Amino acid sequence: MDYNTLLQILDSTLRLATPLLLACLAGLFSERSGIFDIGLEGKMLAAAMASGAVAFLTGSVWVGLLAGIGASLAFAAIHGLASITFRGNQLISGVALNFLASGLTVLIAQSLFKQGGRTPPLTGDARFNPVTLPFADALQGVPIIGPFYHEVISGHSLLVYVALAMVPLSWWVLNRTRFGLRLRAVGENPAAVDTAGVSVVGLRFAAVAITGLLCGLAGAYMATALQAGFGKDMTAGRGYIALAALIFAKWRPVAALWACLLFGFFQALALRPDVVQAVVQVKVPVPFLDALPYVLTVIVLAGFIGKAIPPRAGGEPYVKER
Amino acid sequence: MTFMKSLMGASAVALAAGAALAEPAIIFDLGGKFDKSFNEAAFNGATRWAQETGGTFKELEMQSEAQREQALRRLAEAGANPVVMTGFAFGDVLNTVAPDFPDTKFAIIDMVVDQPNVKSVVFNEHEGSYLVGMMAALASKTGTVGFIGGMDIPLIRKFGCGYAQGVKAVNPDAKIIINMTGTTPAAWNDPVKGAELAKGQKAQGADVIYAAAGGTGVGVLQAAADEGILSIGVDSNQNYLHPGKVLTSMLKRVDNAVYEAFKEGENLATGVHVMGLANDGVGYAMDENNASLVTPEMQAQVDAAAEKIKSGEIVVHDYMSDNTCPAATF
Repeated sequence: MDYNTLLQILDSTLRLATPLLLACLAGLFSERSGIFDIGLEGKMLAAAMASGAVAFLTGSVWVGLLAGIGASLAFAAIHGLASITFRGNQLISGVALNFLASGLTVLIAQSLFKQGGRTPPLTGDARFNPVTLPFADALQGVPIIGPFYHEVISGHSLLVYVALAMVPLSWWVLNRTRFGLRLRAVGENPAAVDTAGVSVVGLRFAAVAITGLLCGLAGAYMATALQAGFGKDMTAGRGYIALAALIFAKWRPVAALWACLLFGFFQALALRPDVVQAVVQVKVPVPFLDALPYVLTVIVLAGFIGKAIPPRAGGEPYVKER
Repeated sequence: MTFMKSLMGASAVALAAGAALAEPAIIFDLGGKFDKSFNEAAFNGATRWAQETGGTFKELEMQSEAQREQALRRLAEAGANPVVMTGFAFGDVLNTVAPDFPDTKFAIIDMVVDQPNVKSVVFNEHEGSYLVGMMAALASKTGTVGFIGGMDIPLIRKFGCGYAQGVKAVNPDAKIIINMTGTTPAAWNDPVKGAELAKGQKAQGADVIYAAAGGTGVGVLQAAADEGILSIGVDSNQNYLHPGKVLTSMLKRVDNAVYEAFKEGENLATGVHVMGLANDGVGYAMDENNASLVTPEMQAQVDAAAEKIKSGEIVVHDYMSDNTCPAATF
C-alpha cells in the first residue's frame, strides 16, 4: 500500500466517520442524562429529508440545515414527551420513532416532489461544498505532512469541521461546566439532583434537545454535503453503528471521536478489498470487514477491553418521591 | 334453503360480473411504484396499455414481505386476469398460488416459475451490460473502468459479468474494478456508501463507472458527476440525472414486458419468455443529455456488436448459467 492509497482511505474515513461522530455525540448527551435513545437513526433520517427538501425549495443550504435541525428537534421533543413527561419505555419510544421516520420521510418527499420518495438533486448554493483550508495548496510540496494536510484534513465540507469541533466542546460542556456536572449527575442519581433543588425534567429535556440538534447536523450532512438530496432510508443503519461506537467509547466524548474514526476506518477499508488483500496477503471477505465494528463492540461488552458501565439511571424514568 | 339459494345466486352473479370484466392487474414489489427504475418502468408499461386501449387495470403496491401471498390471492379471487408481478421475490409464492387458480393467467418478471398458467419473463441483462461495457471502454482514457453492484446476488453478478466482457472486447488490457455495496437488502438504498465506493474506484484510476445498484446508484452517479468522471445508469434511462456526465444507461424494458402481457390479456402465452437485444428487451440509452459524450464512431461500433449478438455471432456469457465469469472475478 503506497502513501497515496493510505491518504485516500483516511480521507474516506473522515467523511464516513462524520455522521457517526455527530450521532454518537448526540447519543452521548442523551444517555449521560439517563435517556436511552435508539431513535438516532430516525432523527437523522427526518433531518436528511427536511434539509434536502427545504434546501431544494429555497435554494439555500443554510435554510435547509435549519429545517433539518428543526425536524430532528421535533422528533427529539416527541421522544422527550413520551419518555420524560409520560415516563414511557425509552426503547419502545425510540423504535417507534425510527419506524415513523422511515415511512413519513418517504411519504412527504413523494407527495412534495413525486420522485419516488427522493428529493430532487441539489446544486450550487443548495449544497455544502468542499472547503479548502488555508495554506493547503502552499504546503502541498512539504513531504509527508503536506499531502496529508491537503488530501485528508482539507477539502471537506464545513460540517466535518463543525463535527470535529463538537468533540472538545462536548468534553468542556460535560466536564467543566455546571450544566455538565448536573447533566452527568441526573444520569447517575436523579434523586440527588432533585434533592439539590434542580429540575430533573428540565435537565433531561435540555439533553434530549442537544441530541436533536446534533442528529440534525448529522442528517443534513448526509443529504446536503455527502449526497445531493435525500433518498429512502439513506442513513442505512448509521444510527445503530453510532450507538455501538458510544458503548465502545464508554460514554466519553474524546473516546467517541476515536471510536467513530476507527469504525469509519473499517468502513473505508471495506470499500477497498484490494488494499486489504495486498496488506494481509489473504482474501478477506468484505462482509467480515463490514461486521468488524459490531464484533469489536461485542468484545468490549464482554469485558475484554475494560468494562463499559452505562450511566446508572439510564433507561429508567424518574418518579419523584412523595 | 331459499336463503341459501338466493345467496348462491348472488355470488354466481358476482362471479359472472368479475369474469366479464377481467381487468389485468399488476403488483409492484417493495421498491415502490415510483422508484425511478424497475417498478416505475412496469407502471409506465401498464399506463401505456391503458392509454392505448382505454382499459383499466388494478394495481397493488407491496408494503411488506408478509403481504405477497395475500396480495396475489386477493387479486386472483377478484377476477383479475392476467396478474402481472414485478420482481424475483414473488417466485416461491407464485409457485404455491398459481395451481389454486388454474383459470387465471399469471406473469412474473425476472424469475422462472414452472407452472402451466404462468408466463415467466426474463431479461438478457448480460447482453445490454455488454454493450454499455463496450461504451465504457471506448470512452475511458485511463484504461480502467468500474462496476458497482447493489446487493451481492447472482443477478447483479450477471450485470457485472456482461459488462466486463464488453469492456474486454474493446480493450483486452483494461482493468475492471468490481465492488458490491453489501449483502443485505439495505445495500439497495445506501447512496452514501455508493458515493464512497465511486470515489475509491476513481482513486484506483477508474474514469467510467457502471452502477447496477438501485437507490445506491443515485449516489454513484452523483459522486461521479462531482469528481468529474463518467457514469452509466441502469434499468430506466438515467441520463437526465446529470446531463453531460452520464455516459449512457443500460435499459431493461420492463415496460415492454408489462405492456405485452396486458395486451395479450386472458390469452397470455405461458412459458418462459426471454427478452434480449433481438426483441428490444434490453439496450442502451441515447438522448440529448449524452449526445456530446458518445461519438458516431463509438455508437457505430456498439451497434455493430449489437447486430452480432442478435445474429448469434457473438455469444455473451450468462453468469447465472454456471456461476462463473470468464472476464472478471467476483
